Amino acid sequence: MKSLFKSTIIGAAAVVLMAGTASAGDLVINFDDPNPAPKAGFEAAVEAFKKANPDINVTVNINDREAHKTAIRNFLSADAPDVTSWYPGNRMGPFVDAGQFEDISELWASDANLSTSFEAIKPTMTRDGKQWGVPYSYYQWGIYYRKDIFEKNNVSEPKTWDELLTACDSLKEAGVTPFTIGTKFLWTAAGVFDYLNLRTNGYDVHNDLTAGKVKYTDPRIKETFANWQTMLERCSFVDNHATMSWQDAVAPFAKGEAAMYVMGNFAVAAFKDAGLTDDQIDYFQFPEITPGLARAEEAPADAFFIPANAKNKEDAKKFLSFIAQPEVQAEWNKTIGQLPPNSKSAIADDKFIQKGFEAVSTASGLAQFFDRDAPAEMAKVGMEGFQEFMVKPDRLDAILERLDKTQERVYK
Amino acid sequence: MSSVESLDDASVVTAVDNRSWYKKNRLAIAPWLFLTPAILFFLVYVILPIFQSIWISFHDWDGLGEATWVGLANYVELLDDDRFYTSLWNNLLWLFLFLLAVPAGLFIALFLNQTVFGMRLYKSLFFFPFVISQVVVGLIFTWFYNPNFGIIAEIWNWFGASPPSILGDERYVTYGIIVAGLWPQIAYCMILYLTGLNNVSPDQVEAGRLDGAKGLKMLWYVILPQLWPATFLAIVVTVIGALRSFDMIAIMTQGGPYGSSNVLSYFMYEQALSEYGFRMGYGSAIAVVLFLIMLVFISYFLWSMYQEEKGGH
Repeated sequence: MKSLFKSTIIGAAAVVLMAGTASAGDLVINFDDPNPAPKAGFEAAVEAFKKANPDINVTVNINDREAHKTAIRNFLSADAPDVTSWYPGNRMGPFVDAGQFEDISELWASDANLSTSFEAIKPTMTRDGKQWGVPYSYYQWGIYYRKDIFEKNNVSEPKTWDELLTACDSLKEAGVTPFTIGTKFLWTAAGVFDYLNLRTNGYDVHNDLTAGKVKYTDPRIKETFANWQTMLERCSFVDNHATMSWQDAVAPFAKGEAAMYVMGNFAVAAFKDAGLTDDQIDYFQFPEITPGLARAEEAPADAFFIPANAKNKEDAKKFLSFIAQPEVQAEWNKTIGQLPPNSKSAIADDKFIQKGFEAVSTASGLAQFFDRDAPAEMAKVGMEGFQEFMVKPDRLDAILERLDKTQERVYK
Repeated sequence: MSSVESLDDASVVTAVDNRSWYKKNRLAIAPWLFLTPAILFFLVYVILPIFQSIWISFHDWDGLGEATWVGLANYVELLDDDRFYTSLWNNLLWLFLFLLAVPAGLFIALFLNQTVFGMRLYKSLFFFPFVISQVVVGLIFTWFYNPNFGIIAEIWNWFGASPPSILGDERYVTYGIIVAGLWPQIAYCMILYLTGLNNVSPDQVEAGRLDGAKGLKMLWYVILPQLWPATFLAIVVTVIGALRSFDMIAIMTQGGPYGSSNVLSYFMYEQALSEYGFRMGYGSAIAVVLFLIMLVFISYFLWSMYQEEKGGH
């Protein structure tokens, strides 16, 4: 009892002392992924930062991803941390426009590492000609497939649209559903749409569409949907995908009932958890549709931002420039199985990472993702439309008209 | 009683007129004093937000920046929004089908109102679904309905048919969720009726029996009238429950597939507060419409309660 009392006193004294020095270097960081690997990667980076800056007292809050998406609106204005994770592209738009994020163009210009090693990704961190955050990781999308099933049915990696369709025919003959997908949370369908659109019309049309400059009833977009229709007919997707999450959709893939999955690289961990080995799964880039079109890829990035209401912006900037360093990014992304945005970072010795890096670094353009490039409202209605189209393809015209109506309102 | 009080008051007033104002009006003030905290909270957390919502619904606001006045634009857009009509229609479906919980609860209560060994256990088992959180009920039914491994799929497969995807098909999805919502709601109505049945006067049942009433006639003319307070409460709770159905939808479908199982409350959340929702004004407009619908029912309920009080029960 006495010792408890004593330690309480000491604790209280320590708190007082810390409060006294708080202004010197208290750094609060909000992070949004409590899953084992991302958490470990983040915490290791924070540890390294603490070691390099022993005078800064770092506090870390790790929240669930979905909860973070809702909470950020409150904490940015009410009780802002000094650094928070968020997404670039249009997803940062509302906060940038509302003046909730700090402009860090100065840091991008003065930091030698930031100004030279991040050229490829800089545009997605830019809005109104200024930079607002620092990316720590990104990952490729593409088609993950069951190598063993492909080999058993004498199917090789398709390079063109026709080869993909032929591959689907052989898989179906063998009783395997070509694609698995779970569209309950909508965004997975946007991945398929984005790739079909990037391969049919290219990067500029993707950007114009998500920026509201091209209508959904445009003949080029209709062409994309026509290809999707072909894909639905010849490369059918698993039944009941509207009730499945992306994790649920891993089950038919693991059981060998479906052979391909249009997904981001984070899914590899889920495949392995479901019992698949490196020998059974592999990756190829989404095949070419319009011959000769410059190849663009989906490569969403995750980043850190400084809230405008942060108390300790000096140290926050130190943290951002620290996590931009090539060694830190290399280590971090090795842990989480993703790609470092810093072009001077080493990448992990893993076939998916290697292939993904190859796909992304040779691409002519990098798209973030439909729901990050388009404004939130448009994204929601658009992705609902994609899901509806996958279930009821004959409603295409009505869906496209509805999307046009929303587009007109959102981008006024 | 009241005449005695006034007489008493009058005599006091004439006798001692120089008491303090508070002492003179103590009887009138005391209840208000006790009510003040509740009224204060009710004003701040219920009444004020209603007016705030109405105010916000005239604006275009993303919840972060400046709000701009748009007048009735949100309401005009609402009238032109297919998703609004889908939600409204689903709300009506919820309202009508959810009321099935009342007769179903009555039926189970009558069935359970017997003296058999272990009846307490059966009663608690029937009440069980109401104890479980709605989230858990939603999850369990999602698994039931799963066309790959759910119980529904097993039954269908047993007959050699291919199972329907209840939550993935726009034609069935709302009914599927309502059935899931009915399960705990029936249990709730049942418990209301069980307590009501305890208060049914045995004399009247006896008298009815002497006059030759039995079976359905006994139920309709003797038992049910005495159960009116329980029925009234069950209807009120069920109607309100149907209108604010939210958790089941959030857990089971998130309004999907492509918005076909949306109801007004979830639609409002989706527009204003969800991952893709930055439209506080539009969300508030939906909230106002939902409030007006509820107002119809609530004012009816309040009115009929007032009438009953006046009738001197």
